[in-house]
Amino acid sequence: MEQEYIVQMEDITVRFPGVLALDKVRFDAKPGEVHVLLGENGAGKSTIMKVLAGVNTNYEGRIIYKGEEITVRSVEEQRARGVSIIFQEMNLLKNLTVAENMFLGRQPVTKTGSVDWKAMNRQARELLDSIDSNISEKAMVSTLSVGQMQMVEIAKALSFKCDIIIMDEPTSALTEKEVAALFRIIDKLKKEGVAIVYISHRLEEIAKVGDRLTVFRDGKYIDTVNVADVTIDQMVAMMVGREMTDYYPKADVEPGETLLEVRDIRRGNVLKGVSFHARAGEITGFYGLMGAGRTELMRVIFGADPCDSGEILVKGKPVQIHSCQKAKSLGLALLTEDRKSQGLILNFDLNQNISLANMDPAMTAFGFSPAKETKNNQRLADSINVKTPSLAQKAKNLSGGNQQKVVICKWLNTDSDIIIFDEPTRGIDVGAKAEIYKIMNSLKERGKAVVMVSSELAECIGVSDRIYVMHEGEMTGVIDDPKDFTEELVVGYATGAKNMNLSKGAEAG
Amino acid sequence: MKLKERKIDFSNMSALIVLIVLCIGLSIAEPAFYSIGNLINILQQVTVYAVLALGVNVVIFTGGIDISVGSIVAFTGIVMGKLIVECGLPDPVGILAALLIGAACGTFSGVMIAKFKLQPMIATLAMMSMARGAAYTLADGQTITGYSDGFRWIGVANIPGTRIPVQIVFMLLLYVLFYYVMKYRKFGRFIYSIGGNEEATRLSGIDVDKYKILAYTISGLCAAIASVILVAKLNSAQSTAGLDYEMDAIASCVIGGTSLLGGYGSVWGTLVGAIIMFVIRNGLNLLNVSSNLQKLVLGVVILLAVLADSLRNRKK
Repeated sequence: MEQEYIVQMEDITVRFPGVLALDKVRFDAKPGEVHVLLGENGAGKSTIMKVLAGVNTNYEGRIIYKGEEITVRSVEEQRARGVSIIFQEMNLLKNLTVAENMFLGRQPVTKTGSVDWKAMNRQARELLDSIDSNISEKAMVSTLSVGQMQMVEIAKALSFKCDIIIMDEPTSALTEKEVAALFRIIDKLKKEGVAIVYISHRLEEIAKVGDRLTVFRDGKYIDTVNVADVTIDQMVAMMVGREMTDYYPKADVEPGETLLEVRDIRRGNVLKGVSFHARAGEITGFYGLMGAGRTELMRVIFGADPCDSGEILVKGKPVQIHSCQKAKSLGLALLTEDRKSQGLILNFDLNQNISLANMDPAMTAFGFSPAKETKNNQRLADSINVKTPSLAQKAKNLSGGNQQKVVICKWLNTDSDIIIFDEPTRGIDVGAKAEIYKIMNSLKERGKAVVMVSSELAECIGVSDRIYVMHEGEMTGVIDDPKDFTEELVVGYATGAKNMNLSKGAEAG
Repeated sequence: MKLKERKIDFSNMSALIVLIVLCIGLSIAEPAFYSIGNLINILQQVTVYAVLALGVNVVIFTGGIDISVGSIVAFTGIVMGKLIVECGLPDPVGILAALLIGAACGTFSGVMIAKFKLQPMIATLAMMSMARGAAYTLADGQTITGYSDGFRWIGVANIPGTRIPVQIVFMLLLYVLFYYVMKYRKFGRFIYSIGGNEEATRLSGIDVDKYKILAYTISGLCAAIASVILVAKLNSAQSTAGLDYEMDAIASCVIGGTSLLGGYGSVWGTLVGAIIMFVIRNGLNLLNVSSNLQKLVLGVVILLAVLADSLRNRKK
């Protein structure tokens, strides 16, 4: 008789230094189903999947795989058993081609033992075709967008013969078209009897793709239900353990003076003459698809990248920003898109991370005072509710939401007037998201100019006071009145279907 | 907060424990090891290397490496000898010139690395060759000797009324200064941060290039200071001075627990690392082990230290 479950995990406990990451949780998966794992950041979703995939072998509890009790020892062993995982963090080697990455360590070889490039490229092409991807198998990974890398990861996972595929936030960097392709793949895999474990924060997506749903909260098992039996509101309630009211709070603030004005910024073919302004007491949203140039624009403004031409005015004065330290001294702050590699020093403790942009509050006449530093940083961390046993905790041991809060603390410490958030809630759970919105709103109330780059339409519309939309390096639209914020209009600008720079007649509609 | 105060730097401790165990072991194997005279003797041999390691350590904290310091010792020594002995300039002028040139060599490497994005190993390899070449050319095979007692004071004198050599005290003062700067000044925090994550540090609005250049400048300056002590000790400047010293300096850092990946390590650990190297050499000398075999033993010690570093990283 067929086993009902491919895998059953029971009483799984995982401890990290100072944190009980998982507390006797259970999880199972049946063939041919999509089992969604839902929970806030730090709930332990990725942690339990890392146990199943053999990434983290330091666990307690029972794992029954195809009816046999097993001990998970390594990734290789789990892969041989049929467990494949697509990581949230990219695990591709940037200086190798797509095909080389897909077949890393198991390249097809010719009779003489050298790599059979033709066969490898052909097989890679077949895999990419199977997921309707037009990425070239010979492209260098470094030339791909984040979304394309994610598709390569998916194709790579499919190349292993597997019974379970774990997808950890597979859609967080994908365009809508790529998401649709992914869902088609998932359907196909289901029909082949593969169990899919699907981790995501996008609730609409879960309702669409999921069969069963398991919720974790703070490392504890909450419940398993059929997706069809619950509403999105009920999912949120299970996740956060409370009703979410007013998901996008909006502080009512009269906008003040223009703090930042940018005129006709150009950079290669990435930025083609972009202008905008941001006022005090206002959240200025930037929407666009991947590669629209929003991140690049913010990096130019913050002095992280050079630009070919253009003007930047801070508080009405023209300024030259050639370095990040100059930008900081002018009262700018940039919270980068990629927290782990650009926002934090993962191996350093929270104190050092928070103090990095401004050490003055920790200095005395005789130099730096650890006690003063801790006091100042603790105040900042408490003000936005960073969850950590201590500031001596290393940044890498925190959940994504808390890591983001640490980066926010770092910039709160500089008391900047113009604060740029690049994808502030990417990969962050619902509860922490709401908290980040609250922080942005309180900054707005304090008269700061908040600039937010977001790829999440609902968030951009819900949080922003004005929205700029970019498409392929060009500013295609600006919507000044929140009453006019509609998904249709914003997406129209973002896809280039509408363009404010063109005359009405020229609009494609 | 509670955790912070109790935090112990285990890498430091492990080097210290190794040193203590070594000393106890050697005292048992060879009673001659355990005498005040011998201990002072060891520390006297350590000073030049320890001062070199101090500067190299700062560079390694940033995630870089400096292999030019041995050559800078020779180059600055020759310049100083020429100015003082041959040109007859006052001692302080010669010393100042040596320090400036040492620092300038470091600055040059630093600019190449920070501004022109050369690999630290390559940039300092070039500096190693250039400085050595300059030393050979200037010295033209000569050994420059004949320094005043005033000049030699730092290398050979004792603190009045004691048996403690001035050079040891001077070295310890430098270590205290560096400890303070690395731990209690912004400079130190930024240096470690660059090693921890250069991009995140830059995006936090810190002038990464400036601090990197400063790190190499300090390394060059420390090499010049080491050169002054060396010339004072030997009463001679030679173009072959400081050969392979950079390797001993780097080894001291690594044995002392400094991570070659950057961002991790301590000032005192490096001193302990330098002392361990010389305790082993001294012990092996006392035990009549040939110098060829000594090199082999030291190689094993360095390997073990790097292995410990690598295991520590894996645990993280």
